[in-house]
Amino acid sequence: MAKRKAEGNTAPAGRAKLTDTNLLLLITVAVFLVMYVGAMIFLKKGFLKPQTFFNILNAQAALIIASCGMSIVMITGGIDISVGGVVALVSMSCAVYLDYQGGNVFVSLLIALGIGLLFGAVQGYLVAYLDIQPFIVSLAGMFFARGMTTIVHTAPFNVENEAFVALKGTRINVPGLGTVNKMGNYVNAYVEIGVIVAVLAVVVLFCMLRWTKLGRSFYAVGGNRQSALMLGINVKQTRFLAHLLCGLLAGIGGYVYFLHVGSGSASHATGMEMNAIASSIIGGTLLTGGVGNIFGTFVGVLSLSTIQNIVSSIGLDQAWWTGITVAAMLCVFLVVQSVILARKK
Amino acid sequence: MTMAKKKTVFTSRQIFIPIAALLLLALFNLAVDPSFFKITLGRNSAGDPVLTGYLMTILDYGSEVAILAIGMTLVTAACGGQDISVGAAVAIAGSVILRVLVGIGGDGTLQAPILVGFLAACAVSMLFGAFNGVLVAVFRIQPMVATLILYTAGRSIAAWINNNELPIVTDKSFTYFGGFIPGIPIPTPFFLAVVCIALALLVLRYTTLGLYTQAVGINASSSRLNGLNPAFIKWLSFVILGLCVAVVGLIKTSRLSTINYSVIAKDIEMDAILAVALGGNVLSGGKFNIMASIVGAYVIQFLTTTLYKFNVSSDALPAYKAVVVILLVVLSAPAVKDKLMGLAKKQKGVG
Repeated sequence: MAKRKAEGNTAPAGRAKLTDTNLLLLITVAVFLVMYVGAMIFLKKGFLKPQTFFNILNAQAALIIASCGMSIVMITGGIDISVGGVVALVSMSCAVYLDYQGGNVFVSLLIALGIGLLFGAVQGYLVAYLDIQPFIVSLAGMFFARGMTTIVHTAPFNVENEAFVALKGTRINVPGLGTVNKMGNYVNAYVEIGVIVAVLAVVVLFCMLRWTKLGRSFYAVGGNRQSALMLGINVKQTRFLAHLLCGLLAGIGGYVYFLHVGSGSASHATGMEMNAIASSIIGGTLLTGGVGNIFGTFVGVLSLSTIQNIVSSIGLDQAWWTGITVAAMLCVFLVVQSVILARKK
Repeated sequence: MTMAKKKTVFTSRQIFIPIAALLLLALFNLAVDPSFFKITLGRNSAGDPVLTGYLMTILDYGSEVAILAIGMTLVTAACGGQDISVGAAVAIAGSVILRVLVGIGGDGTLQAPILVGFLAACAVSMLFGAFNGVLVAVFRIQPMVATLILYTAGRSIAAWINNNELPIVTDKSFTYFGGFIPGIPIPTPFFLAVVCIALALLVLRYTTLGLYTQAVGINASSSRLNGLNPAFIKWLSFVILGLCVAVVGLIKTSRLSTINYSVIAKDIEMDAILAVALGGNVLSGGKFNIMASIVGAYVIQFLTTTLYKFNVSSDALPAYKAVVVILLVVLSAPAVKDKLMGLAKKQKGVG
């Protein structure tokens, strides 16, 4: 990062913005590494196995994707609390389609993308072109998605479609990593398909935000809408696209979630929107807009679930400890961020 | 300044939106089934006279959100953000009340007067409100993000206070607050709401709180230059919201005589924020109208009750609610309003 700064001939203003982002990112990565390495040294047990890390990825792939969308909307200065609802709706719709309508997997994927895009487009239009507060719009979006989920189907059920079950069970071995189990056999570490999608999403979005015109417009609109307008950026369209992208990612995340759990239920992904917001914040995205980093969000999700794993492996698995530790972590991050940003000013 | 002075709590224009929505809903019900408005006098299981009917349900359950809407409006106006932790905070307040009244492993009889339990809940809720307030006012964290902390931890803390037990109050007088006081056929939560509203209006009428809150919400730095202390005003709004939370905690636990940590007051923060928005208050801070928010709260309950009447299941309810909310918000959106009203006088600074 220091090297990049030395070489770069960017304008001072641009550099300042990037440094803000980088500093917050650096803290996040450092805290995550300290936490994970600490767990490896002091807790040993599972944390020394590579599979523990990949299990975190497997379980959180959907959250990673949804959080990416959340970060983008937050960078433009908005918020989208409908993602959890959309994920639940996607799971339920795909489950019903696959099992009750005898549909095929490819079309179910299209359904997922369609639902996501629809939510993104409607919410984006209301936010960007009718200038309604994003919180209220996505609150209604969340209500609608949650309600529709139970209208589509009430009782939770497991999907038995063969092609889908085969896809769900697909494991991709991670080359070079593995452990010897109790029987003395070598077991290769594996990831599910969702993880590939999540990593791909992170990489693509990271590049998009950093090097494309649209990506930079997101930052410009979030940083200062008035200046962005004067620079000739189509502010309305940019905000619309941010919400559309977030909806699409929620749709993809929903399918990945569905692929992981393999069932439809109205209570799926409860509170996922808050986890996505928390991950984005831990990753250094500011709700005020203009500052954020997709890679940070990725690390934010990992930090969040690592701390949950640590809490449960210490033996404090009473449900309340998870809530309290996550909140404490969030609190520390927020205060540190706020102090750092205040100092810079 | 003259404009601000002229505008009392009954800002005529703003309160028009929720009242119009209320009338619309009422007209709809009148057209479809006038029996919606029927109120009957009956006797409850204890033999006391009670009024029942859909309107009474609205008064009863709408009051919870109305009480929260008072505090939420102040927070919104002062900080330009919303407190999403009120549901979790209600769980904490309820848990504190039960802890004081029954205690861990208690047999259900009252160990302390109900007033003491309520005051303890007030103190704890205000403390948590103060915590949120410090994060927002001192550390300048956006309200929604700052309260996300308590949102995440609140229900866990509530469970922890009672060691994850579910104390049950057997004393009859405890049920009065969420039900009926013997001899009075109108649900008590409504009276509690009236008291809270009256207190709030009196405070706004006879102190400078309202004016200061508005000033801080519109421009914190220029209000600081005018000698106000924006951090304190913001902090205070959260503490007041804490007080509202304690009252709702009392009502909620009184209804059940016990508590369910993960379900109690679930999503009530969303309804409270919605009430503020339906009241036509700008969610990014500044001008506010408490009465409009309160009417907004009853509109939400009116809508919910109407939907229940048409046999919409409680799980599917949010979908219909969302459609109505979107319609209301779109119709009151500046862009749409301008189009509808043609080139009528355009007020600047909205949204």
